[in-house]
Amino acid sequence: MATKASRSAARLMISPAVILLLGWMLVPLCMTIYFSFLYYNLLQPGATPFAGWDNYYWFITDPSFKDSIYNTLALVGGVLCITVFGGLGAALLLDKPMFAQGFIRILVIAPFFVMPTVSALVWKNMFMNPVNGIFGRIVTGMGFPPIDFFGQYPLASIIFIVSWMWLPFATLILLTALQSLDQEQLEAAEMDGANWWNRFFFIMLPHLARAITVVILIQTIFLLSVFAEILVTTNGGPGTATTNLTYLIYVSSLLQFDVGMGSAGGVIAIILANIVAIFLMRMIGKNLDA
Amino acid sequence: MARAVSTKTKSFNTAIAGTLGFLMFFPILWIVILSLKTEENAIRAPLEVLFGSGWTTESFSTVQARSDYFKHFSNSVIISVGSTFLGLLIAIPAAWSMAFVPSKHTKNILMWMLSTKMLPPVGVLVPIYLIFRDFQLLDTRIGLTIVLTLINLPIIVWMLYTYFREIPGEILEAARMDGASLRDEVLYVLTPMAIPGIASTILLNIILAWNEAFWTINLTAANAAPLTAFITSYSSPEGLFYAKLSAASVMAIAPILIMGWFSQKQLVRGLTFGAVK
Amino acid sequence: MGRIQLKKVQKKFGDVEVIPPLDLEIEDGEFVVFVGPSGCGKSTLLRLIAGLEDTTSGNIEIDGKDATDLPPSKRRLAMVFQSYALYPHMSVRKNIAFPMRMAKVSKEEQDKRIEAAAKALNLTDYLDRKPGQLSGGQRQRVAIGRAIVREPSAFLFDEPLSNLDAALRVGMRMEISELHKKLDTTMVYVTHDQVEAMTMADKIVVLQAGVIEQVGSPLELYHTPRNVFVAGFIGSPKMNLMDGSEAAKHNATTIGVRPEHIEVSTSAGEWQGTVGVAEHLGSDTFIHIHGVAGCDPMTVRASGDVAVKHGDTVYLTPDASQIHKFGADGLRIS
Repeated sequence: MATKASRSAARLMISPAVILLLGWMLVPLCMTIYFSFLYYNLLQPGATPFAGWDNYYWFITDPSFKDSIYNTLALVGGVLCITVFGGLGAALLLDKPMFAQGFIRILVIAPFFVMPTVSALVWKNMFMNPVNGIFGRIVTGMGFPPIDFFGQYPLASIIFIVSWMWLPFATLILLTALQSLDQEQLEAAEMDGANWWNRFFFIMLPHLARAITVVILIQTIFLLSVFAEILVTTNGGPGTATTNLTYLIYVSSLLQFDVGMGSAGGVIAIILANIVAIFLMRMIGKNLDA
Repeated sequence: MARAVSTKTKSFNTAIAGTLGFLMFFPILWIVILSLKTEENAIRAPLEVLFGSGWTTESFSTVQARSDYFKHFSNSVIISVGSTFLGLLIAIPAAWSMAFVPSKHTKNILMWMLSTKMLPPVGVLVPIYLIFRDFQLLDTRIGLTIVLTLINLPIIVWMLYTYFREIPGEILEAARMDGASLRDEVLYVLTPMAIPGIASTILLNIILAWNEAFWTINLTAANAAPLTAFITSYSSPEGLFYAKLSAASVMAIAPILIMGWFSQKQLVRGLTFGAVK
Repeated sequence: MGRIQLKKVQKKFGDVEVIPPLDLEIEDGEFVVFVGPSGCGKSTLLRLIAGLEDTTSGNIEIDGKDATDLPPSKRRLAMVFQSYALYPHMSVRKNIAFPMRMAKVSKEEQDKRIEAAAKALNLTDYLDRKPGQLSGGQRQRVAIGRAIVREPSAFLFDEPLSNLDAALRVGMRMEISELHKKLDTTMVYVTHDQVEAMTMADKIVVLQAGVIEQVGSPLELYHTPRNVFVAGFIGSPKMNLMDGSEAAKHNATTIGVRPEHIEVSTSAGEWQGTVGVAEHLGSDTFIHIHGVAGCDPMTVRASGDVAVKHGDTVYLTPDASQIHKFGADGLRIS
């Protein structure tokens, strides 16, 4: 229903949200872009001369940049693989008839609600620590030398921890989508002579394709910004072995106080995230039309 | 129509799924156990931890005594509840107007709002940090509450929008025909019908704000640090600390685990932006 | 009170003109039905009268006063929605009381009117239940009760019976008609069902694509439809329309004759055809015939049971006095 009176009321009611978000986006964004073109270090007060593309140039040509990109891709790709395949498996499993399904579901979902700093520290210390962690204890108990997870495989360890946290998310989404599949379609396929693999491949998977895409896109956006887990376990080390793009920018901005460089990095991170966001927005847009 | 499944199959499925559930939940279970042991006993071999002696609740009190845990806990509460309340104040009118008086721009505005959530926080870390420094908002609960409100506002607006859309527009029109002013309509008809949706949104937002671990770490120090930031102090501890870390962690995650139990559906709705039903 | 006048009322949604400028008079106390196919603008017209939509241009007067810019709450109208639009969180009593609460009517007066409405609508036993606990027909009555207690100048009904099953629909139709006689208040009723229109209306407004095709009493529309559209819309089963050579015989572009005005015989008649489907209802027989030039299938209604079946050859003779003639512009030729 739309009359003149309600339309002007509506405009008024929506303005605070729009104005605030506009401000939240535009002001810091413009500042970041602006700073990226200046020589600006908080430790060196005084003039902030124009830097042209220098910050970008130095940021990208720094060897740690290449490492950070590789680590970011490894982190995102690794977690996506584990959570999408694992989530699919878990969703298929939880969709089956069983006892105490609600309870088991809660157990599987729980890790998503644990704050990242707690997860990371618990895994690093109680499980992966070679001396006192459970893994170490079990393995030494059997007579083998323990693995120093964070010493020898730091990035993989972080990938593992982040996957543990996000697997529930993927499972929940895929399970929801799976449960919206009409049982009768599957029964009709069975009547048509399809075995389980056929039914999975030709009916379930296409139905899930949309949900899988959403999981991948949304997780990617959030995984690009993994920060806390790296901070509390490795601080990006050893060297740059676990530094992702987000952490690299953090180091540049808040540890080295190089505002100019950090901003250049920030712009790059925004561009990367935007690429993914465009695809996600298209999917959401299609759904809003429905 | 599900076909009747034999108890044998059900038991088999339960066993496998149960194993998965147990494995996923185990770390949480483990820290609950460790939180109840003395430090010396917390680092022993797993079987000894489970069946050995040394049960105590001293870690919980030690954590509080050593580091004023309670202050950080209440910081978390304040910023989660505060940002949720502030967010609702701004979002309810916005969602109302988009759901009930849509214009041809509504869809684009909604999508734009969602896109602001996809901005990587690190991209605006520098300016926000500098603005906070210059306005003396660093290490304040107010500053943190404002940031959390802004980053979660898109999700609150989105969720309320979807819940409002489920209210039949005709009921609000009937109220209008019955002589209700805009205020009456929102107060007596819309809000009571939207309460379940608003409650779900509150739940989800508290969870998201409580667990936020970028701004809460970078914009706070000793004073306003919530639990997410406080726990980072355990990343370089001195001496035995497993039991204390466990106790601190258990207290930090318990409220959210309980809330999370109730909000699985809201999670799907809120974080997939409707792309999955 | 209850006189509604629409003067050159036009409605556009964006660039699409849904209702071209239109004039209409509704007299006090009349039962007026807006009828037409889906998308003809009848609900839009009702909502314009209610104030739930703004007119693009033109005036709406209620009881002689210009109401075009008044919001719905100030027009003293009551509306019964297709989905009843009851407040799910309020009891029946509170639902019915709501409009009075908004008008700041005294508590005693509220209780008095609620009791009266409940008695008239058989709702006294349900006053403390919530809408979710009521059946469709009961909810329908609560919606009507909520409208009655407002004591409006006119009632607006937006396809109120569409969501009820067939048996209930017939019953509610009669109840609404009786309510009209009792209250003697103007009622504007929207439906796509021409049987509802014919049985309930004092005056029918037939709409197509936002244009009023004809206004008149039910029997006027039945006996003298102004154009081909109205002729084909009013009457069930539909009037048989033929153009071509048969029509030319009567000096018209199109002729129409209703199924009930055609004699069927197995031996002789003006037109010949083959029976496609014969529907035997016992009280009537509806026969659908193929092969008659210019009208395929042709429908005939015969009294009682006529023993024809699929494939039979039949002969049809129309009642000459009941043949409607229409010119090339679709308008009636007298």
